[in-house]
Amino acid sequence: MTQTQTISLTINGEAVTATVPVRSNLVDFLRNDLGLTGSHVGCEHGVCGACTLEVDGAMIRGCLMLAVQADGATVTTVEGLADSPRGQALRDAFHRRNALQCGYCTPGMLASALEYVEAGRPADRAAIREHISGNYCRCTGYQAVVDAICDLIGQGAKA
Amino acid sequence: MSVAKPLPHDAAKLHVTGAARYVDDIPVPAGTLSLAFGQAEIARGRITGMDLDAVRNAPGVVAVLTADDLPFANDVSPSVHDEPLLAAGEVFYLGQPVFCVVARSHLLARKAARLGRLTYEDLPAILSIDDALAADSRFEEGPRIYIKGDVDAALAGAEHVIEGTLELGGQEHFYLEGQAALALPQEGGDMVVHSSTQHPTEIQHKVAEALGMPMNAVRVEVRRMGGGFGGKESQGNALAVACAVAARLTGQPCKMRYDRDDDMMITGKRHDFRIDYRAGFDGDGRLAGVDFTQFCRCGWAQDLSLPVADRAMLHADNAYLLPAARITSHRLKTHTQSATAYRGFGGPQGMVGIERVMDHVAHALGRDPLDIRQVNFYADQGEGSAESQTTPYHMEVEDFVLNEMLAELKETSDYRKRRAAAATWNAANPVLKKGIALTPVKFGISFTLTHLNQAGALVHVYQDGSVHMNHGGTEMGQGLFQKVAQVAAARFGVDAGKVKITATDTGKVPNTSATAASSGSDLNGMAVQAACDEIRERMARFLADQHQAQVSDVRFQDGKVLVAGAEYSFAEAAAACYVGRVSLSATGFYKTPKVQWDRIKGEGRPFFYFAYGAAVTEVVLDTLTGENQILRCDILHDAGASLNPALDIGQIEGGFVQGAGWLTTEELVWDDKGRLRTHAPSTYKIPACSDRPVVFNVALYDGENREDTIYRSKAVGEPPFMLGISAFMALSDAVAACGDVYPSLDAPATPERLLAAINRVRP
Ligand code: FES
Ligand code: FES
Repeated sequence: MTQTQTISLTINGEAVTATVPVRSNLVDFLRNDLGLTGSHVGCEHGVCGACTLEVDGAMIRGCLMLAVQADGATVTTVEGLADSPRGQALRDAFHRRNALQCGYCTPGMLASALEYVEAGRPADRAAIREHISGNYCRCTGYQAVVDAICDLIGQGAKA
Repeated sequence: MSVAKPLPHDAAKLHVTGAARYVDDIPVPAGTLSLAFGQAEIARGRITGMDLDAVRNAPGVVAVLTADDLPFANDVSPSVHDEPLLAAGEVFYLGQPVFCVVARSHLLARKAARLGRLTYEDLPAILSIDDALAADSRFEEGPRIYIKGDVDAALAGAEHVIEGTLELGGQEHFYLEGQAALALPQEGGDMVVHSSTQHPTEIQHKVAEALGMPMNAVRVEVRRMGGGFGGKESQGNALAVACAVAARLTGQPCKMRYDRDDDMMITGKRHDFRIDYRAGFDGDGRLAGVDFTQFCRCGWAQDLSLPVADRAMLHADNAYLLPAARITSHRLKTHTQSATAYRGFGGPQGMVGIERVMDHVAHALGRDPLDIRQVNFYADQGEGSAESQTTPYHMEVEDFVLNEMLAELKETSDYRKRRAAAATWNAANPVLKKGIALTPVKFGISFTLTHLNQAGALVHVYQDGSVHMNHGGTEMGQGLFQKVAQVAAARFGVDAGKVKITATDTGKVPNTSATAASSGSDLNGMAVQAACDEIRERMARFLADQHQAQVSDVRFQDGKVLVAGAEYSFAEAAAACYVGRVSLSATGFYKTPKVQWDRIKGEGRPFFYFAYGAAVTEVVLDTLTGENQILRCDILHDAGASLNPALDIGQIEGGFVQGAGWLTTEELVWDDKGRLRTHAPSTYKIPACSDRPVVFNVALYDGENREDTIYRSKAVGEPPFMLGISAFMALSDAVAACGDVYPSLDAPATPERLLAAINRVRP
């Protein structure tokens, strides 16, 4: 009954080839088959944002994309964030500004934040709030998350 | 010193790299099996047939368990053994676990669990507060009643009397990480359990009962949770017990996590309440007496409902002197999920009751609600008399600081000016109405079940000077581990980074209480301090001896140990003590002093102290659609002498947003069959970033705990949640601007409820 398919993709800079059930979603594949447990699942139907990650430069919900759809794609998860200087800087900003408590939303939040920063958008709190509204955080009240993103953009402006 | 520093969360580095492990991330041995529950499809009935053949024959299924297959106790209740793990003949709510599938993967288990064919004999289900009252379906023999003075005489003699009813919805915890557990069988029948729980000892206890083993055969470990908020105080029992039993029966490691829908259908939530009130007062709004009746919907099993309902009664006064009061509490049993602990533990519900009264009194007199609140405040510490400070449960409030805090917050928030500006705006704008409200919080700190106010710790110093710290508290994001590590570091005069924070482990510290009631830092901080001081004392004695000095002359500071002119690094001192055969390991223990009360009569001192706070919230409401936005929120909160201001401010910001969510967007809807219709984030709306206040100013009140707590700090987990009440009252204020009638707004104040209230108010 279970059909499988072989896929090849690049994950955090590494070439990966694997045979996956065609119904398996991307985040389950990353977590269960590759042990990349930094991507979390909070709702598994595209609402909470905990599974947000980067596929070919776009932010997607790992629970709404099938693993087979990522065949040939370039995927970056939270584990691979440090490969770009901006990803590293974003991590540092989240750390410095206490933009996390339980940390469960953090990998997805970082992915969405990175999308905002990479697009060269300004340290405008209203725009940032709007941008990360697809990522739920039950702990922080979001204040520190917005602070961290502003912080990073401010630093870039200074540099 | 490491204490009072705004250090980031201890695991922040792990979180931003994705390396922090939650239960479902722990690498498991090959052959680990996954579990899923088959759930009841009706709210109440007798099971007449269970055809599980299709389940057993489904791909990947290894075993299917029913109540009959459980070798020992079929119970996961944290209180009175009334909560079977798997339904035994009868079902009591829609969603109740009836059978348990053990399969080769999470998805296969879930798929198979849908294939059960259950038949029932339907029995009438009691769903609502009214149903339960009509059937006299309740916990305890009758209502609990606390009495102070003669409230009937006070109401009869009062210049003015108001009365009303308030409906308060429940709340789903929506911890981002769902419930999860992993059981690993050991030699000799022992079991190691990893659980996402706030209460490892309870998990150990229930697993031991289910396996027919003593508690020493079960070890429970908790490194972290992805949020708890009370929802992991007792609700993790079912998963851990199921995993342990299945692991015993199959001999394989077993894990289970609830998918979000299952989580919301199975687990308990915040209790919803109805509160009736009658209040008598004079022309200045000074209360003469208040009569509250609290109806609390507890669901099908007792769980923690009695202490939750007690705490609602204990917060029916909030910050106000009630010269006469009667508080009646009905704990109603219904065929719905068993309501459970949730941040504030009944306190928020009790508090909204009296805040509604304040608002209603102000409306009746045409006054600013803040004036009414202030005229009824207890007196600040050192200024009151027994008369002005006695709560409805006859405890004297000794540490009140809200008069002073309010004076400060009124200034910093520009409250009066903004209230006047809102009135001007409202006069000019027929559609968009603004509302502003300032509400205070006085929250009692201690477990009301007095014996729970104890904690233990285990500290080792290794010969290289590194420190290993363990205590009974659990980390769910609140920053407890870091705060307590700061305490340990301060005792040894070393950097907080020198202290290794380790997972909570029933094998290291036994008989712990849940990390709940905001007590984590208070209790565990003190226990760790005691353990560190024991070791420090031994080290000091040894080194003093070596140098013919006094023990009191040995100093531990800046990573050094100083004695009689000699200077050791902390590592050198530890090595010297090791060679000198000094024990460098100690346990610590703490029990909260002063607390003692009678919960049946409602008399005594349930709380060691109170934590305070106040918030001013301004909203704008579209009176055509009910849509609204929090424009600004200013908070002044009392964390005593904060152990870590950065972490405490994070708790306050998050607490406010969660509290405001409870009273505004978060709506639980059950249909007339008892099916929860809002069982996922697609239908249940927690605050998103765009819902939080546009301007958000949070400050810590500069004070210290008058009681002898750890470094004079105060607990901070729950109290800020109730600052969210100001958002609800601000919405009520905006509705009130639409006409002359009192809005009597119910919660959650969804756009639908707001529109209904506007229609009531409109001339
Ligand atoms: S798990 Fe993918 S959006 Fe919630
Ligand atoms: S930090 Fe817990 S959900 Fe965001």
